[in-house]
Amino acid sequence: MYDIESLYEATSVADACRALAEDPQAMVIAGGTDVLVKVRSGKFAGAHLVSIHGLHDELDGVELAPDGTVEIGPITWFHHVTTSPVARERVLTLAEACDTPGGPQLRVSGTIGGNVCNAATSADTASTLVAYGALLDLQSVRGTRTVPITEWYTGPGRCVRERDEVLVKIRIPRENYEGFTGHYFKYGKRRALEIATMGCCCLVKLADDRRTIDDIRLAFGVAAPTPIRTRGAEDAVRGMDVAEAAEKVGELALAECHPRDSWRASKEFREQLIREMSRRSLLEAARKGGAEV
Amino acid sequence: MRILKCTINGKPVQVGYDPRESLLDTLRNRLHLTSVKRGCEVGECGACTVLIDGVATDSCLYLTDWAQGTTILTCEGLQAADGSLNPVQQAFVDDFAVQCGFCIPGIIMSAVEIVGTGKTYTRDELRKMLSGHLCRCTGYQNIVGAVEDVVEEINGTGACSEEARAAFAAVAQKARLVAEE
Ligand SMILES: Cc1cc2nc3c(=O)[nH]c(=O)nc-3n(C[C@H](O)[C@H](O)[C@H](O)COP(=O)(O)OP(=O)(O)OC[C@H]3O[C@@H](n4cnc5c(N)ncnc54)[C@H](O)[C@@H]3O)c2cc1C
Ligand code: FES
Ligand code: FES
Repeated sequence: MYDIESLYEATSVADACRALAEDPQAMVIAGGTDVLVKVRSGKFAGAHLVSIHGLHDELDGVELAPDGTVEIGPITWFHHVTTSPVARERVLTLAEACDTPGGPQLRVSGTIGGNVCNAATSADTASTLVAYGALLDLQSVRGTRTVPITEWYTGPGRCVRERDEVLVKIRIPRENYEGFTGHYFKYGKRRALEIATMGCCCLVKLADDRRTIDDIRLAFGVAAPTPIRTRGAEDAVRGMDVAEAAEKVGELALAECHPRDSWRASKEFREQLIREMSRRSLLEAARKGGAEV
Repeated sequence: MRILKCTINGKPVQVGYDPRESLLDTLRNRLHLTSVKRGCEVGECGACTVLIDGVATDSCLYLTDWAQGTTILTCEGLQAADGSLNPVQQAFVDDFAVQCGFCIPGIIMSAVEIVGTGKTYTRDELRKMLSGHLCRCTGYQNIVGAVEDVVEEINGTGACSEEARAAFAAVAQKARLVAEE
């Protein structure tokens, strides 16, 4: 039995917004894989829950808008992002990142929207969504607004979302994925049921010679208190040959990161991971784009 | 008190529940389906795995409130009417895959889901598909072996007994398992 004070199953997004506005203690529950664990631990004891679990019509699934934007419903399971034909064709690196959290059962309960709203720096979709420059659409009784993911995170487990706002869509515009190939690298001590010690996503767009880096996005989870994009490193290696970029990217990225000590790993080890994972992710992303390195 | 209406192990069920309950609580405490094990209760061990509309799910992190109208399968629904074991259960016996047995009902439910896809897999693929389960006794080798064997028996190219295929098909229907295209 969970220590829950109230549980309300919303019948629509509008209904969820109303319920959240009416009860100043209410919070959203989607798949529950973060919320219920925190209820169990006592952190969210006595929670007032507004469930969006059943709002499949409005919030579930991956679709392609006419202008090429990939639109992801927030209650889409990790597993359904991974298997979505639209996601695989357009934002394959995100589909692959969604195959890494927890184990198979977790991936059919945990949702991509919950991963974004929980706002952990270790969230496995975070660095990839940052690299793809995702746009986050929020709705509340006060109306709607859109927040670019680079302005989303405010601290460990914190984001700009107000308590009564529902994330209703995650959008990736066409220009942010077209021509890019990428790689999400999760480092953990086990291959399943493991929170990332470090996560790194690199997307590259190669020039026609398949050797020169035309454009690049490099983002990290656990390299700082929030997921980050290392724009300085991106700017420095843009225009370089892939092999040269791979040699330099690690130190460049490290200069922009602020890894910490935790029981999972020391700061020094994380620094080593940042250097090595930047290099390997860049090479892997470039290989997928046809570079012979 | 709210009323849950759903289908469990092929039978329509109506049962009163408290909205604070997980599906694990309801299945064990109200319906006495004790094959569903209470392990970590935070989604880490897989001992509480059941099929919900054909999908292997940790029932400890699933609110009973969400189960309205679903079709649920637990290990209790696997045996045939005459008490004979399902081919998935039989494979675990034949391969000596069980030691204390605590993790086994959950793993068997994942195995049922895997066989239900109608496909065969490499040992590495199966290891990944079973990676949501922890076993403290066996070292996993015979468990993966049992799943490998039953997947091959039912979905492989070799000869499979009509009884085994029929027994699995009966369960697949109960669980609303849909083979992948
Ligand atoms: C055993 C286990 C292993 C895990 N392993 C990993 C892992 O390897 N990698 C990883 O990244 N995560 C992992 N997680 C964490 C968790 O599964 C993910 O963060 C997941 O994405 C949360 O999604 P959910 O729908 O279950 O969220 P919930 O628990 O329902 O919600 C999470 C938070 O987001 C809010 N929220 C959810 N949806 C919305 C919405 N649409 N609008 C507004 N607010 C919303 C909730 O209020 C809450 O604050 C693990 C969890 C468990 C239990
Ligand atoms: S009891 Fe549910 S996963 Fe451990
Ligand atoms: S057989 Fe004992 S935990 Fe698996």
